[in-house]
Amino acid sequence: MCSMRLEPIKNPTLSRKLTPPTIALFATIVIASLLAMVAGANPFTVIGLILKGAFGSTFAILETLNRATPLIFTGLAVAVAFRAKFWNIGAEAQLYAGALMTVLLGTGVLPWPSLAILPVIIIAAILAGAVVLLVPALMKTRFGVDEVVTTLLFNFIFLLFISMLLEGVLKDPMGMGWPKSARLIPEARLPRIVDGLRLHWGFGLAIFSAICIWVIQTRSTLGYEMRAVGLNKEAAAFAGIPVNMVIVKTALLSGGLAALAGFSEVAGLKGSLTLDLSPGFGYTGIIVAMLALLNPLGVVVAALFVAGIFVGADSMSRAADVPTYLADIMLATALLLMVLAIMLTRFRVVRN
Amino acid sequence: MDIIDILFTASFWAAAIRIASPLIFATLGELICERAGVLNLGIEGIMVAGAFAGWMAVYSGTGLWMGVCVAMLVGMLFGLLHSTLTVPFGLSQHVVGLGITLLATSSTYYAYRLALPEVTSPPKIGAFQPYEIPILSDIPLLGPALFSQTPLTYLAFILVGVVSVVLYRTPLGLSVRAAGENPAAVAAQGLSVTAIRMGAVTVGSGLMAVGGAFLTMSAFDSFFFEMVNGRGWICIALVVFGSWRPGKALLGAVLFAAFDALQIRVQQTSLGTQIPYQIFLMMPYILSILALILMSRRAQVPAALMVPFNKGER
Repeated sequence: MCSMRLEPIKNPTLSRKLTPPTIALFATIVIASLLAMVAGANPFTVIGLILKGAFGSTFAILETLNRATPLIFTGLAVAVAFRAKFWNIGAEAQLYAGALMTVLLGTGVLPWPSLAILPVIIIAAILAGAVVLLVPALMKTRFGVDEVVTTLLFNFIFLLFISMLLEGVLKDPMGMGWPKSARLIPEARLPRIVDGLRLHWGFGLAIFSAICIWVIQTRSTLGYEMRAVGLNKEAAAFAGIPVNMVIVKTALLSGGLAALAGFSEVAGLKGSLTLDLSPGFGYTGIIVAMLALLNPLGVVVAALFVAGIFVGADSMSRAADVPTYLADIMLATALLLMVLAIMLTRFRVVRN
Repeated sequence: MDIIDILFTASFWAAAIRIASPLIFATLGELICERAGVLNLGIEGIMVAGAFAGWMAVYSGTGLWMGVCVAMLVGMLFGLLHSTLTVPFGLSQHVVGLGITLLATSSTYYAYRLALPEVTSPPKIGAFQPYEIPILSDIPLLGPALFSQTPLTYLAFILVGVVSVVLYRTPLGLSVRAAGENPAAVAAQGLSVTAIRMGAVTVGSGLMAVGGAFLTMSAFDSFFFEMVNGRGWICIALVVFGSWRPGKALLGAVLFAAFDALQIRVQQTSLGTQIPYQIFLMMPYILSILALILMSRRAQVPAALMVPFNKGER
C-alpha cells in the first residue's frame, strides 16, 4: 500500500466515470445488509422495507419530500460554502437562527396577512442565519481562526442559547411546562401545496432556492469568484479577486440558506420552536452536498435519496426490529465510499 | 462561597484534573495526527466509539486495563480507515474526518442498541477507583488534587512526557514532525511519508479513543448517548491553543478544565442561581473560541497540515 501513487487520467472513458460510483453504491448496500444480518434480520427484507417505507405509498413519498425539504436547504448551504473551500460545519446553528427569527416575528408581533408577513419573515430569517455565520467568517478573515472549529462550537453555543430562550422569555405559557415557543399565527404558516396532502410550500421554496443557487454559480461573477477562491486562493488573489470579501459573501449566502431550513420546518411543519426541531439536519447537509458533488441541482436529488433512507429506515426499524441507526451508518459509508469513488474516476492507482 | 475561596479548595483542583484527563488523551492524539500533517476531524466520533468499546468490554467481563486496550484498538481501527482514505488516496481531510465521526458515532449507537436492546437506564461497571500515591497524596492542596486520581489520569500525565520525548528527542519523532513540515524532504531521505502519516493517525486515533474511554471507565461508570458532547472539537481547539506542543497543550487542557470546574461551582452559589444554567454550559465552547482567537496569530501551524503528499507529483 505504501508503494502506490496516483496518476491523473487525461480523458476518462464513460465506464471509468460510472464504474467506481456504482461499486460504491453497491458496497454501501452490501455493508448495510451485513449489518442487518448482525441484527438477526433478513437483509433482503430490510432493504425492501426501507424502499417501501420511503417510496411505497403516497403517504411515504410525501413524508420523504417533507424530510428532504430542510436537507435541500442545508445541503445547498454546505455546497455553496464548500465550493469556495469555506468549511461551514455550523448549518445546525444557522438553521436554529432562522427558526428563532420565524417565531419572533410570526407569533403575533406582526398582525399582517400572509402575503405581507411571509416575505418579511423569510428575509429576516435569511439575515439571522447570515449574521450567525458572519461571525466565524470574520474571525477567519480578520484573525485567521480556522472556521471548522468555530462553526462546530457555535452549534453547541447556539443550541444552548435557544434552550435558554425556550425556558425563559420565549416559553409558551400554555405549553404545560414544556420548553417550547408559542405557536405561529395562521397567517405566518406556509400553506400546503395541494389541499389535503401533507406537503407544504417549504418544498417549493427549496426547489426555487436550488435553481437560484445554480444560476448564481454558473451565470454570475460571484459564482465565478467563489469557484476561483475555492480552487486556488493565491491565484485568485493574484487575478485581482477580493478573496476575503468573497469568503464573507459566501458565508452570508450559506448562512441564509441554512436558516431557511429552520424557517421552513417551523412555518411549514411544526408551527412552533422546540429543541428537537432538527435531528442534525445541519450535519446531514454535509452528506447531501458531498453526494451531490456540490452541484446545487444535484443537492435536490441527493436530499431525496438521503431523506428516503431516513424515512425508510424509520418504518423498517419498527417492522424488522433493526436499530434505526442503520440509516446513519449507510449514509456515512456512502459518503466515504463516494468521495473515494469520485477520486478514482479521475485518478489511476499506480504501483511503484 | 466566594470564587476566591473555591480556587483554594482541593476538591476544586481534583475536579479540574479529572475533567482535564480525557481532554489530555484526545488532545495528544490529535496533536500527533496534525504534527504528521493530517487534520483528524474523526476525533469526536472516535471518542464516542472508545467510550463505548472500553465500557462494553468491561461490562462483558474483561478487566479494566483490557477494556482500555479494546478502546484503543477500536480507535486505531478508525484511525487506519481515516488515514487510508486521506493519506495514500489524498481525499479531503475535512470530509473524511466528518464522515469518520458520523460512522463511528452511528455504528457505536447501533452496536449499543443491539447489545442492550431493552435497557432504560444503562448498566454500570466497576470503574477505575482513585489510587492515592503514598506520601505525595499527603501534600496539602496539591496532594488531593494531583495524587489522589485514578490510574488513567496518571497515565494521561505520563503520556504527555512520553509524547514530548518521542516527538523531540527521537529519530521517529523527527520524521513525524518532518512529515508535517516538509514531506518532500522525508521522501528524499528514503522514508515513506505515507507510512509515517498513517502510523501517526492510527496511534493518535487510539489515544482519542482512550480519552473517550476515560469518560465511561473513570469519570463515570456507564455509557450514555451524547456523553462526549463536543469534547473532541474542544480538543482540536486545544491543539491550536497549545501551538502543537504537548506541554503547552497539557497546560491548555488543565486551564480549560479549571474554568469548567469553576463554572460548575459558581452555578451553585447564590449569584449563580440567578443566571440561566445554559450560560454556564456555554462557557467551555466560548472559552475554546476565545483561545483560538488569542492563539491563531502566534501559532506555529505545521506547514504541510492538510496538504496531501503524492510522490509522483513535482
